[in-house]
Amino acid sequence: MEPKKIKAPLSDEDVMALKSGDNVLISGVIYTARDAAHKKLVELMDKGESLPIDLNGQFIFYVGPTPAKPGQAIGSAGPTTSGRMDAYTPQMLEKGMKACIGKGLRSQTVKDALQKHKGLYLAAVGGAGALLSKKIKKCEVVAYPELGAEAIHRLEVEEFPATVVNDAYGNDLYAEGAREYAR
Amino acid sequence: MRELAASTISDHVAEMCEEANIYLGEDVFGLLKDALETEESPTGKEVLKQLIENAEIARDEQIPICQDTGFAVFFVEWGQEVHLTGGTLDEAINAGVKRGYEEGYLRKSIVKDPLYERKNTGDNTPAVIYTDIVPGDKVKISFAPKGGGSENMSAVKMLKPSDGEAGFIDFVVNHVKAAGPNPCPPIVVGVGIGGTFDKVAVQAKKALFRHVGDSHPDSRFAKLEKTIKDKINDLGVGPQGFGGRTFALAVHIEDYPSHIASMAAAVNINCHACRHLERVI
Repeated sequence: MEPKKIKAPLSDEDVMALKSGDNVLISGVIYTARDAAHKKLVELMDKGESLPIDLNGQFIFYVGPTPAKPGQAIGSAGPTTSGRMDAYTPQMLEKGMKACIGKGLRSQTVKDALQKHKGLYLAAVGGAGALLSKKIKKCEVVAYPELGAEAIHRLEVEEFPATVVNDAYGNDLYAEGAREYAR
Repeated sequence: MRELAASTISDHVAEMCEEANIYLGEDVFGLLKDALETEESPTGKEVLKQLIENAEIARDEQIPICQDTGFAVFFVEWGQEVHLTGGTLDEAINAGVKRGYEEGYLRKSIVKDPLYERKNTGDNTPAVIYTDIVPGDKVKISFAPKGGGSENMSAVKMLKPSDGEAGFIDFVVNHVKAAGPNPCPPIVVGVGIGGTFDKVAVQAKKALFRHVGDSHPDSRFAKLEKTIKDKINDLGVGPQGFGGRTFALAVHIEDYPSHIASMAAAVNINCHACRHLERVI
């Protein structure tokens, strides 16, 4: 099946048009955040303070890249394990995030929140950091520079490959894929 | 007595840090290409293609294979006829790690204080170092940058001797099943059996340093490695957990004598990159 080309950020309609198992190529602006940045964002939400980025419609990519060499936009940049962000994801969705990209299993709470808020969880190929770095054309730190690799980066991506794992209908590729090939 | 300068150790270690993180080993490369031939799932095939292309880009453009350039883990076999000059072995290895990770533009992923401040040490030190004193006048350094995502999917269990082969197989297969897509499959499964609580974990780690796909020299364990690998692949988890035939590229078991009351078992998983290198100095 040919991958679907999609543009970031996403609308509710864009989200509802995608299903678990769809391969997509993402172009546009996405943001990075992993453990430490999530903790800071959710602390601000809890205090009712404004966030350093507007999450409406956005993709959040769970990544901590290697340092860029001179001339590179970014170093190796593959997804990190998403489960560590589970505690924060429902609040991120409440604040408007539409999709997150990582790898690995999500909690039932996250899957429920994706349905409730019309969101997507996608996986990029874990350990394909060199290949994925070539799809990132521009990278700049927009918040928490003190976190180094864990800072929030704004990325301009072109045809960044990912696969929809959990859609807004409650489907789960990890469960269905293994069932199909188990023997 | 042969004299060896600490700076020589550091030079080798710095080179090994860069090399292991940029060049995918021929052993894994070959297994990924074999898997592409046998994988039945279209999405699984696409993942394998991306992994092969990723390794080629990493090699050709000198970009780390994965952004998680790991905890620096070393097994050192130190010939007892060798005298180290100009520093301690720990200092020499850590100086090499510091230089290799800085000059190689590798990610520094180590925090000093695991529970409270979690402040990055800034140079990927300290390394984890296991040292054996062996006969002879050579030094063998084995290095693996170990990713956190796969490392988190590890387990030790003190099985009962009466659990037998079936209990051991169940422990390993059920553990790997629970890990699912998290450790970036297709995975290499390092398994330890025997020894104490601590020793069995080290054996599982050591298993990940073996040339990937080589079998245990004892034919009983070689057969067991294949049995466990087949059971893991029959789970259908497949590349990246998207469903398919290739969940594990290899299962390596390292055994050690056991206490009469115990049968310790450990699983240490590595991602498909299974980066590892060795040098004899």
